[in-house]
Amino acid sequence: MTTDSNEQGLLKGLAQNERKSIEAIYRDHYSMVQSLIINNSGTSDDAKDIFQEALIVLYEKARSGSFELHAQLKTYIYAVCRRMWLKRLQMNQRFSGDLANAEDTISIAEDLERYEHRNADFELMERAMQYLGEPCKSLLESYYLQKKNMTEIAREFGYTNAENAKNQKYKCLMRLKKIFFGQYKKP
Amino acid sequence: MEELNLIESIERYIHGEMLPEERVFFEELRKNNPGVDQMVVEHTVFLHQMEKYGDRRNLKATLQDVHNDLFDSGQIKQARETKIVRLWLKYRKVIAVAASIAGITALSISGITNYFAPKTTNRSIENLRRQISVLERRTNSLNNKINQAPPKNHTEPAFKFGGTGFLIDPKGYLLTNAHVVSNASVTSVQNIKGQEFKTMIIYLDQASDLAVLKIIDSNYKSPSAIPYGISRSNIDLGEAIFTLGYPRDEIVYGEGYLSAKTGFRGDTLSCQISVAANPGNSGGPVLDKNGEVIGILSNKQTEAQGAVFAIRSRYILDALDEVKKDSAYSNIRLPQGSSVKSLDRIQQIKKIQECIYMVKSY
Repeated sequence: MTTDSNEQGLLKGLAQNERKSIEAIYRDHYSMVQSLIINNSGTSDDAKDIFQEALIVLYEKARSGSFELHAQLKTYIYAVCRRMWLKRLQMNQRFSGDLANAEDTISIAEDLERYEHRNADFELMERAMQYLGEPCKSLLESYYLQKKNMTEIAREFGYTNAENAKNQKYKCLMRLKKIFFGQYKKP
Repeated sequence: MEELNLIESIERYIHGEMLPEERVFFEELRKNNPGVDQMVVEHTVFLHQMEKYGDRRNLKATLQDVHNDLFDSGQIKQARETKIVRLWLKYRKVIAVAASIAGITALSISGITNYFAPKTTNRSIENLRRQISVLERRTNSLNNKINQAPPKNHTEPAFKFGGTGFLIDPKGYLLTNAHVVSNASVTSVQNIKGQEFKTMIIYLDQASDLAVLKIIDSNYKSPSAIPYGISRSNIDLGEAIFTLGYPRDEIVYGEGYLSAKTGFRGDTLSCQISVAANPGNSGGPVLDKNGEVIGILSNKQTEAQGAVFAIRSRYILDALDEVKKDSAYSNIRLPQGSSVKSLDRIQQIKKIQECIYMVKSY
């Protein structure tokens, strides 16, 4: 069984961070996950966390170029959420069973592994950014994430010219790299 | 400054923004300079991570946004069970603490109960058993006590006073208990006004526990008449009686009823009355509602509450008949009927108390 074209479309949209696709997936599957979590001693906040994490798993999978789920989207999301929730319960010592015994109906181990790895990188960068502090954080985000040019940034952050902003950005970048690579493990 | 430009160049190189000649030159530099090459690799990794980080952040923001939107528009709903689960999660520690406190309290209360309960039970069982199965033994010991204690009881205060006596003849003849005056070398009596008169024992019968005293004091003024009579008939159970006596220096009035027709251990000589009586009441008259002496208060059962015994008036008469056999005392005239029959109790007492004396044995 392979994903139908509609669901493949949703996955592609998710990979592109398309709001429409994300909304569709959310609307179709959130309630199911919420019931799963709440019926297993979780809260609606837990449900939100788990569901969003599952979507990120899906996103990473889609980003890696694989849109084939070998199962329906629903089945896939359910399996991922279930596994994640059991893991979290186990971490909180509320699920006494062995995770190995909780067989998944479909193979998601690889996807979860990739997710865990990416997640570690993400958290590392996030921590480094937090540690960097302002204005460096915003400055670097503006340049590298929002792709603003130096003239724009200089105006926004109140530097006299682009050259000054570039100088500042360089200093910030060096600090961030130092922090990041201080903890970064090569894949 | 140089490094700043280098980083900029690397970024341009990675992003493919270099002009072809520039790119060739840079690649040449990279090949020849391991430091630059290292920097390029490192920066590539960094930029990649940065990009991923940005993507992930954007996705998370979108997800959060979508979640809130869908919630607000009601396309997804919060599950109902949430409240209970949330309450449970929020208060489970409190509940656990409360439960353990309750448990500990319950345990300690049951522990305390267990600790104290058996003792109490045992004690009451012991008491009960003693009361039921050893009743006979106790009665025997009481018997001994009653037989032995009264002389002891009354010889002890014999230094000062012994008991009560009452006139049976205005000429100065008093009736009292034998145990009040036995062992006494000198006896005297004291009336309600505090006057003391010397007396002599003219009759003493330990068996019936009766004694007759004669006032031999010149100061004694005989009353005109004795207000009470001595009953010759039998009294019925439950009939109201009253007593007057000197359990202390003051005359004391007591009220009660006939509670049994026989005395201690079925003694037919006496009867049982229920009245407050104390040492010193011995020898006092027991009168019925008409003011007839129906008996003379003799003793009480020390271990039983309210069991007081009185010698029946019939035996008083018998004893007096004995006294009269002596020619010297043949002139004793017993009072003939009560003269206070129709009076109320207060008036009865006022009249009667004149003839009640405190008997002192020395």
